[in-house]
Amino acid sequence: MRLQTLSLPEERFKPATDQKPALHVRDLTVAYDRKPVLWDVDLDVPPSLVAGIVGPNGAGKSTLIKAVLDLVPHASGVVEIFGKPYRRQRRLVGYVPQRESVDWDYPITALELVAMGLYRKIGWCKPVTAPHRCRALEGLAEVGMAALAHRQISRLSGGQQQRIFLARALVQDAQIYFMDEPFAGVDAATEKAIIAILQRLREQGKTVFVVHHDLESVRHYFDYLIMLNMRVVAAGPVADVFTSENLRRTYGGRLTLLDRAVDAIGQGTH
Amino acid sequence: MITQLLRVLSLADYNTRVVMFGTVTLGIAGGVAGVFLLLRRRALLVDAVSHASLPGVAAAFLLAVTLGGSGRSLPVLMLGALVSGLLGMGCVIIISRFTRLSQDAALGIVLSVFFGFGAALLGIIQKMRGAQAAGLDGFIFGKTASMIRSEALLIGIAALVVIVLTAVLFKELRLFTFDPDFAAGDGWPVQRLDLLLMTLVVAVTILGLQAVGIILIIAILIVPPAAARFWTDNLLVMVLLSALIGALGAYFGTGISAIAPRLPAGAVIVTVLGAAFLFSLLFGSSRGVVRAALWSRAVNRNTLRQNLLRALFEYEESGVRHGMQEQLQYLQSVRGWTVRELRRAIRMLARSGMIYHVSGQPWRFSETGSGAAMRVTRNHRLWEVYLLEHADVAPSQVDQGADFIEHVLGETLVAELEAALPRFGKALPTSVHSLSNADHGGGG
Repeated sequence: MRLQTLSLPEERFKPATDQKPALHVRDLTVAYDRKPVLWDVDLDVPPSLVAGIVGPNGAGKSTLIKAVLDLVPHASGVVEIFGKPYRRQRRLVGYVPQRESVDWDYPITALELVAMGLYRKIGWCKPVTAPHRCRALEGLAEVGMAALAHRQISRLSGGQQQRIFLARALVQDAQIYFMDEPFAGVDAATEKAIIAILQRLREQGKTVFVVHHDLESVRHYFDYLIMLNMRVVAAGPVADVFTSENLRRTYGGRLTLLDRAVDAIGQGTH
Repeated sequence: MITQLLRVLSLADYNTRVVMFGTVTLGIAGGVAGVFLLLRRRALLVDAVSHASLPGVAAAFLLAVTLGGSGRSLPVLMLGALVSGLLGMGCVIIISRFTRLSQDAALGIVLSVFFGFGAALLGIIQKMRGAQAAGLDGFIFGKTASMIRSEALLIGIAALVVIVLTAVLFKELRLFTFDPDFAAGDGWPVQRLDLLLMTLVVAVTILGLQAVGIILIIAILIVPPAAARFWTDNLLVMVLLSALIGALGAYFGTGISAIAPRLPAGAVIVTVLGAAFLFSLLFGSSRGVVRAALWSRAVNRNTLRQNLLRALFEYEESGVRHGMQEQLQYLQSVRGWTVRELRRAIRMLARSGMIYHVSGQPWRFSETGSGAAMRVTRNHRLWEVYLLEHADVAPSQVDQGADFIEHVLGETLVAELEAALPRFGKALPTSVHSLSNADHGGGG
């Protein structure tokens, strides 16, 4: 009996992740070469949703993700995942970098690349074994790429490369995902696969952040939107913040772009 | 000459054994560490380290002489090389980080200025009294003959450390050299792994300075992995091959330079490695030039063959009958072939027994030819419909080379496509002769 009461606090410990904001950012400032890229960013994003990050080129979208993941130095700021400092919550985080950020000529197969998502679980100095390869194959199957598991990555199309990047993040088995432009330059099949994955992650109660370019699809893909231009112009449920006023404040006076965006808003209200 | 070479290569003498042990293990260590250096794209940084080590060698010599030592103590010289090499690397990093100069400019500046300064110091040393300075020249192009047991052992130990660390940290090295951002996001200490890799590489560089020389040491780190890459797409195989190439290059290079004492050892080793690289570039099984050329030739021939089969099939399908001249003109106009191309295609098909003609008569299909032509035409039409019907997923699936479209798309989808053919004004090819079995053989 005593043992059971002792185990209680541990159980209460677990669901605490649901009550705190998935991502809390305060006063985040990042500068490259004395030029600020992100400036006093404040965010509080609730869990279990798919959040888009939009903004013009050079608005700091990728930098925001990299700063949260501690890949670029902060000038100032606090980042918390489920109420605790990022460094202590790393194992809850999954990451899909930009596709162009790696050398696709690297001697590695699709399966071996996806297995990298399991390295954290495998631990230092231990080899990748058959059960891990099985799990990686499942990850590939989730993105419809199981048939190409043993293909060298340079012989995959851009969309297929994007999908194995996603599969690698899926096998990380994280609670919160950061995806840097997963939709950039992909074919229709890959787009479908990515949308299906975003749906599934949302159903599983995970939180996903997606850097995105195409304003027309914002309403279809995301529950939550972060509109960024060095500072957070607006952040909140898509229905509340995706307005022409906010778009103008995010993108400035770029008319052609605004016209299309206004169309997109029009579509959404039908 | 030959007997001399054999004597060296069979390691008959003690001195040869010592030197061989030193250079071959150096080749292995360089081959293994070099793979990750190459994949991390840091090769030139190491070139800067080696060039920047020259003033350190000279300064260490001067310092030792001033303090009353001999100046020939290798550990002292190596320490000097290490200090000034690392100083050079630090300069590159600082210049490229804190100024607007790009890294290649920073590398060029540091590499040439340090080396130039070192050469100037060497000039001063040579003007000094006594012939004791002569040995320093060996550092530039490499000299193996003077290698002693303790030096060879030191290189051997370093090689062992490189091999053990690479084996133990294989997964980690692969992760951070492929995708450092992901690795860092996943919680791996990327900077420390980077530091470890650079430490290994710099250690190999400094230990190999005397044998291979300041100018050429970069080659034992870069050439073996670059050559190995032509043979494989598998990282582990690449590491093993690279080690093997490094070892063989060092073995034969040292052997040749031993019987021709005027040739600097480093230069010979690098020349042998260069030959291995050239051979790999040409004949490598994974991405060798010859293989790629053969492959693209095969694709071209196959396309030509398929195109003629289909053109002839469609000609027969149309039911028109002409003489041979008109038939050839038709084929030429349909595909936009030149006379030569058409002749080549016809020769190809005739030689494989797919088509034949009685002199003066038009070309006809043989039984196998008819089967093959029907299959090619059917696949082609189905692929066309597939591309139109399933444009969203199509391009990544299309495989013109597949013998049977069913193998790629599955029976059900193919049945759907067959049903869709008439909508696009196309017929499902049927036999033009009284020909029944498509799997009768054919070229496929």
